[in-house]
Amino acid sequence: MTEKTITIKVKRQDTPNTPSYWQTFKVPHRPFANIISCLMEIQKTPTTQDGKNVNPVTWDCNCLEEVCGSCTMVINGQVRQACTALVDNLKKPIVLEPMSKFPVVRDLQVNRERMFENLKKVKAWIEIDGSHNIGEGPIMPDQDRAKRYVMSECMTCGCCLEACPQFTMDNSFLGAATFNQVRLFNLHPSGEMKKEERLDAVMGEGGIADCGNAQVCVEVCPKNIPLTESIGDIGRQTTWQLIKNLLTK
Amino acid sequence: MMNRKKKIVIVGGGLAGLALAMKFCERNGEATVVSYQSLKRSHSVCAQGGINAAIDAKNEGDTPEKHFYDTIKGGDFLAHQPLVRDMCYQAPTIIHLMDRMGVAFNRTGEGHLDFRRFGGTLYNRTAFAGATTGQQLVYALDEQVRRHVHDGSAKTLEWHEYLGAVLDSEGICRGAVIHDLRTDEIYTLQADAVVLATGGPGQVYGRSTNSVVNTGAAATTAYLQGAKYANGEFIQIHPTAIPGQDKLRLMSESARGEGGRVWVPRKANDTRNPKKIPENERYYFLEEKYPLFKNLVPRDVASREIYDIVYNQELGVAGDPMVYLDLTHKSREFLDNRLGGIMDIYTKFTGADPRETPMKIFPAVHYSMGGLWTDYGPDSHGLIDHGSPKNQMTSIQGLFAAGEADYQYHGANRLGANSLLSCIYTGLMMARGMMNYVDSLEKSVDDIPSTVFDDSCSHWKNRFSEIKKMKGSENPHKLHLELGEVMLANVLIVRDNESLEKASNEINDIETRFKDVKCLDTEDWANPSPSFINQLYCMIHLSKIITKGALLRNEFRGSHYKPDFDLIQPKDFDPHEYIDYLEQKQYGEVTEGKFPPGHLEYMKRFEENNEKWLKTTVAQYKNDQPDITYEEVNTSLVTPRPRKYD
Repeated sequence: MTEKTITIKVKRQDTPNTPSYWQTFKVPHRPFANIISCLMEIQKTPTTQDGKNVNPVTWDCNCLEEVCGSCTMVINGQVRQACTALVDNLKKPIVLEPMSKFPVVRDLQVNRERMFENLKKVKAWIEIDGSHNIGEGPIMPDQDRAKRYVMSECMTCGCCLEACPQFTMDNSFLGAATFNQVRLFNLHPSGEMKKEERLDAVMGEGGIADCGNAQVCVEVCPKNIPLTESIGDIGRQTTWQLIKNLLTK
Repeated sequence: MMNRKKKIVIVGGGLAGLALAMKFCERNGEATVVSYQSLKRSHSVCAQGGINAAIDAKNEGDTPEKHFYDTIKGGDFLAHQPLVRDMCYQAPTIIHLMDRMGVAFNRTGEGHLDFRRFGGTLYNRTAFAGATTGQQLVYALDEQVRRHVHDGSAKTLEWHEYLGAVLDSEGICRGAVIHDLRTDEIYTLQADAVVLATGGPGQVYGRSTNSVVNTGAAATTAYLQGAKYANGEFIQIHPTAIPGQDKLRLMSESARGEGGRVWVPRKANDTRNPKKIPENERYYFLEEKYPLFKNLVPRDVASREIYDIVYNQELGVAGDPMVYLDLTHKSREFLDNRLGGIMDIYTKFTGADPRETPMKIFPAVHYSMGGLWTDYGPDSHGLIDHGSPKNQMTSIQGLFAAGEADYQYHGANRLGANSLLSCIYTGLMMARGMMNYVDSLEKSVDDIPSTVFDDSCSHWKNRFSEIKKMKGSENPHKLHLELGEVMLANVLIVRDNESLEKASNEINDIETRFKDVKCLDTEDWANPSPSFINQLYCMIHLSKIITKGALLRNEFRGSHYKPDFDLIQPKDFDPHEYIDYLEQKQYGEVTEGKFPPGHLEYMKRFEENNEKWLKTTVAQYKNDQPDITYEEVNTSLVTPRPRKYD
């Protein structure tokens, strides 16, 4: 009996400054296999369909259960996490590409530093007085907590930015993930104390006003975060902030 | 006094590393966090169910002292008691701190922190943020560290790998050798101290609940450089995981904490739809055997029972090595609110909805109670002197370990929701002692000749260029899988010396074949192949520590189950009898008739066994092998006694 195989086409690139090229691999089919286990197969036998021995494909991954946000890539034209992409649910041949909105490091690995830098721009943290023992946190209704919890599941994977028509490699648009962080921290009783600084950070170039309202971010978010709600809410918050700034500054 | 800030290098961006970085920066130190990948992606994010603290939010009479006792008992008395006690007393403060940082902990009707039950305790002691508590805690600490980066006191080196410690002529650690995983550059960082907060070694078993980065390579490198490695044989097998090709995904203990029931059909090979099987034809084996703790017995106990059901009683679901974990009696809304994250994981990876149909699960390698040997400074109250420079220091001066990479907090078996606690606790607790350590140094790192750093650097540069030249016939990834198979087949839930001998031989064989490995990729940019080969080398050595420790330890304690050395506790035994026995012995009047038949003999066996084996296993690298010795455990606070959960 011949073993059932799956064909996988991978867009490869050796360095950030060299052109990309395609290679096709065949891997054995196994029930419940995901894209990561296919890439692991390629790693074990890095030979293309035409029998050429090549360097193993490189990719990012870690937790393999969709909580770390590492393994984002474009699979059959759709940006998503590779760990939850089960091959049985995918059209064959499977086509793997790196995200296009971030600089390629190598093969399927990209540099998403911009997302992490944006967290600093909007001060996505609570300014605690210190980590010493100064008592309990603020009392909070569970429904507020639940609202924040959904937003706090953002794993900085970048799916929303890859899909966003406004977010490009050569502009400074902050994007849905960052706006969502502003809303997350502005909703916390202590985080709210720095609300204005966060809003100011999303009111300049690349800020909330640049959102074209394409609404694709929310469709691709693997964690089902209500990103358009967050964008709408931050839009309203900045409008009030604008009026306040006009009246007070 | 130095006229510069104290500077440390922290390897690892999980809970322990981030907690320490935050605390150290707050104390006006300078921390550089070295991480194999971007921060926010460490394995700590995989922790699901929660974090323990005896806040007694449900008015059950819970106290830190009870948390301490449960932890010590859960670990089968192998943990140093003052440390565990201190951790449990600090726990409420830690939860409140994390809450202040904005962690979205579930709350009660009044808006206070909510708590749920977990294994090995009868109290609602576990705070939680849905079923992604680890992720939420990592993010909160990451945010604080990012704030310190923003303010200039912390630095991060992401996509960098730790290769080894820089040791001066006196063997004191003065810095770290670092490998840039993109540019391939190898260089050294000078530091007043180096901390390994590098997590556990699940990858030694190939497939486990652990993340891809959890190779244990950093801790093993420390061992190869002379550091002691302790209690390596104590590997926790989590009772409930989802079998998979690339990984065995965790199904949190919180599923049982929230009422999940474990069962199998009473009839072997029953292929009926589980929902169609009536109650009286279901075997709730944990509930029947452990009427007190039911489905929430500690993990070592639950894993052994599932193993027994599947392999000895041959009652696995439809004849496969799996049992049901059933939550279908709970409402959708309840499950989404309290367990949403894990419900989704199960659905995404198996295609079945656990809200509608019982999950199929099996035990999987999950956590290492063992790790680098570290020290501590006890105070006179059975707690810890937080200023002691000894805290969390490995046997190499100036090299520290924290979190899962150390060995001190869980004994022979870890209780659920104690790992997040031990990670954050160690990170926070050790900061002050490290400051004092730097003050105590006679010679600063600034006075160490540069040749010390140059030599370390060229050692590792040579090592990597030698690896790149490896052109043998063995594929390192296939060899890794074989190593994992050997470990899974022989060093798992049920252990015997014949299998362990066999595993030792097979590991030696793998070690020989390692010399014939082929480096598949020799590029100088973003090339993971040479690093993986080095990690594989470390995993082989770590597997030897685990296997030899298991082979030599001829007893049954916690996760280390050797049926041949089971002391066979009488079914009607009450652990208090043992305390009576010790008391009577003290007065020299132990009488056979005072105890039910067979109990005295059992207690004598237990006492004798403890005298021999209630000891920390210490492995040291000698002549290419782990040399094993044993050390006393600090049991100064509660008397070790037989465990019982029914």
